[in-house]
Amino acid sequence: MSFQITVENSGETFRCAAEVHVLEAMEKAVCKGIPVGCRNGGCGACKVQVQAGRYATRKMNRAVISAEDEVRGIVLACKIYPQSDLTLTAIGPMARVTAPCGSAPSGLDSGTHA
Amino acid sequence: MALTGVLRPGHVAIRVLEMGPALKHYIDVLGLIETARDEKGRVFLKAWDEHDHHSVVLRETDEAGMDYLGWKVDSPATLKKLAGDIEKSKLCSDFEWIPKGEHPETGERFRFTIPTGHVMELFAEKKQVGNNCGTEGPNVNPDPWPDGLKGISPSRFDHCLLYGDDLDGSVKFFREVLGFGIAEQVMAGPKKDFMIGAFLSCSNKAHDVAFIRQPVKGKFHHASFELGSWEKVLRAGDILSRNKTSIDIGPTRHGITRGETIYFFDPSGNRNEVFSGGYIYYPDEPAITWTEEELGPGIFYHDRKLNEAFLSVFT
Ligand code: FES
Ligand SMILES: [Fe+2]
Repeated sequence: MSFQITVENSGETFRCAAEVHVLEAMEKAVCKGIPVGCRNGGCGACKVQVQAGRYATRKMNRAVISAEDEVRGIVLACKIYPQSDLTLTAIGPMARVTAPCGSAPSGLDSGTHA
Repeated sequence: MALTGVLRPGHVAIRVLEMGPALKHYIDVLGLIETARDEKGRVFLKAWDEHDHHSVVLRETDEAGMDYLGWKVDSPATLKKLAGDIEKSKLCSDFEWIPKGEHPETGERFRFTIPTGHVMELFAEKKQVGNNCGTEGPNVNPDPWPDGLKGISPSRFDHCLLYGDDLDGSVKFFREVLGFGIAEQVMAGPKKDFMIGAFLSCSNKAHDVAFIRQPVKGKFHHASFELGSWEKVLRAGDILSRNKTSIDIGPTRHGITRGETIYFFDPSGNRNEVFSGGYIYYPDEPAITWTEEELGPGIFYHDRKLNEAFLSVFT
């Protein structure tokens, strides 16, 4: 079972299976809309606001996601597993508005050699 | 004894979100050896060539990061003297004596908070359990390394890099109260007189602890473990990839300290490093200065620029 993930700040979409966390699916799709840090729920780089959709979570660092955040759909992309299509926006400290994946010549490493 | 006072970073206490995956990482992948668990659920580990009972303490809770960094000093008399010096210095706060036995096989510890908000400890006594290399009893006719090592198997816990705001205060504290030297510094500003990074040594190592100025209190960038060669750093990369461990960067080289390195994350997002090389530091050597503009090659010598995660990703 896989679902469509839409990242609002980059306009990107990619597929994510129910047992894969959203950040991993994004990296495999060579998309960049959600900043990548530790990939393990500690650093807060991949913080997102989920606008629409259902998901399961695993334990996240409370220093970066409070219990109230979690209730309001502010979660870590590396600790959420989709249960429906999701629409979300990256809001972590490194988040910015970016071009969709595939718009750079190779689709790879588009942000780092500028 | 020529190396006196503070001898080395003796333990780092790391908070993890889930103990099961943490143990798989620190024991099976990194290759530390479990030496004890206590009734609070903490797990105590050591690297193979360390003689002391433990150098890493894991505690499960709901926040990642570092609880404290403990420093081994040369004697109980030094512990008492330094504790007094620390209280008198007015640079630190939250003084506390932790009783003998609170860490297994460990004497009393003096705990305090430094200006960058990190909790530090000094201790003088920890049971020496050995490195399992002796062939006719501990430390008699030893083999160069023991059988049965797992994973990356670094020889020792080496240093931490920490992020905090009052860099000047913490550097002053380590230099003037604990007697550390500055091996390398990163300087910013038009006159290059504003310190943004300090690599401090209490030994012959290029650093025993490092700080980078960031507008945060008590943050943890990485705990680092020593490997004997560049080839072992490459092999560490192989082991991390095989285990699908989240790698931050590397294998590559640091300009600062010249170490060959790989950065990766534990399952709670705490950064680890394994490294080799560097150089021998003596306290009479002049400090090496890096300018802010060259911080890129200072941190990652080959890429010649920071990755975004270096300054933004910490616990
Ligand atoms: S990348 Fe660090 S919390 Fe998700
Ligand atoms: Fe390091």
